[in-house]
Amino acid sequence: MADQLSRVFAALSDPTRRDIVARLTGGDATVGDLAAPYDVSLQAVSKHLKVLEDAGLVTRSREAQRRPVHLEAEVFDLMTKWIERYRQQAEERYRLLDDVLAEMNEDHREDPTQEGTAS
Amino acid sequence: MTTHSTERTYDEAAIEAAPDLPIIRIIRDFHATPAQLMRAHSDPEIFLRWVGPNAVNARIDHWDFRSLGSYRYLCEHDGVDHAFRGTFPEVGEDRIVQTFSYEGMPEAIALETMWFEDLGDGRTRLHAQSLCDSLEGRDGMLSSGMDTGVHEGYAKLDQMIADGAL
Repeated sequence: MADQLSRVFAALSDPTRRDIVARLTGGDATVGDLAAPYDVSLQAVSKHLKVLEDAGLVTRSREAQRRPVHLEAEVFDLMTKWIERYRQQAEERYRLLDDVLAEMNEDHREDPTQEGTAS
Repeated sequence: MTTHSTERTYDEAAIEAAPDLPIIRIIRDFHATPAQLMRAHSDPEIFLRWVGPNAVNARIDHWDFRSLGSYRYLCEHDGVDHAFRGTFPEVGEDRIVQTFSYEGMPEAIALETMWFEDLGDGRTRLHAQSLCDSLEGRDGMLSSGMDTGVHEGYAKLDQMIADGAL
């Protein structure tokens, strides 16, 4: 479960792979297309694609001869969902903290406060 | 109501999880002073009131809030206790540095820094950073939701796997 997410994060830890993924958001591309802007061999790009493939981020068609690389957007959605869920849980805690702090403010209303100082 | 036009506010928690660093950063603004936020983090009775969502029954087992102190607390979820513990390497006036681990995975220790930035208008910005022991540890923390929603999270993921979404 977390393994899937770890593989996704690990695959995206490399700037070239992040760039490849960014370019695939525009549409499917062949290994040759993807390798063109880089000063690296087709083989090196293939290696990067293998990592992305193992993480489930991209798939390659077995049928078509060009074997275009396709971005699996759902995996991205999963990662985004995990992070958003974690954020929501933090936000939930902080809303409780808002209430606690508001009570503190009431408790200390008799204290001299610095409200209305310089703006 | 006016705000400083150039500055972004964080009335809701913002999160940042870099793909290539085992870090989670959260920023959130509060209508409170840094001292009040410090009290909310340092006083165990107050801390218990917001550490988990309403459904979570939390209690303190040990609490020694000072530089070189330590803590341990338990959260009960669906009848099961989950223990969390750590030490406080440094407690400052507006900064807390603590280690954090879930006892189910005691070796995965995160280093957490919380810094309370006085915004000068009665509000304080909380900067919280968790530096995990590894990318895997960080992802585990993200995906488990730590002290809450572990089961529902996995149930949801199980469902996604069953649905072929993965």
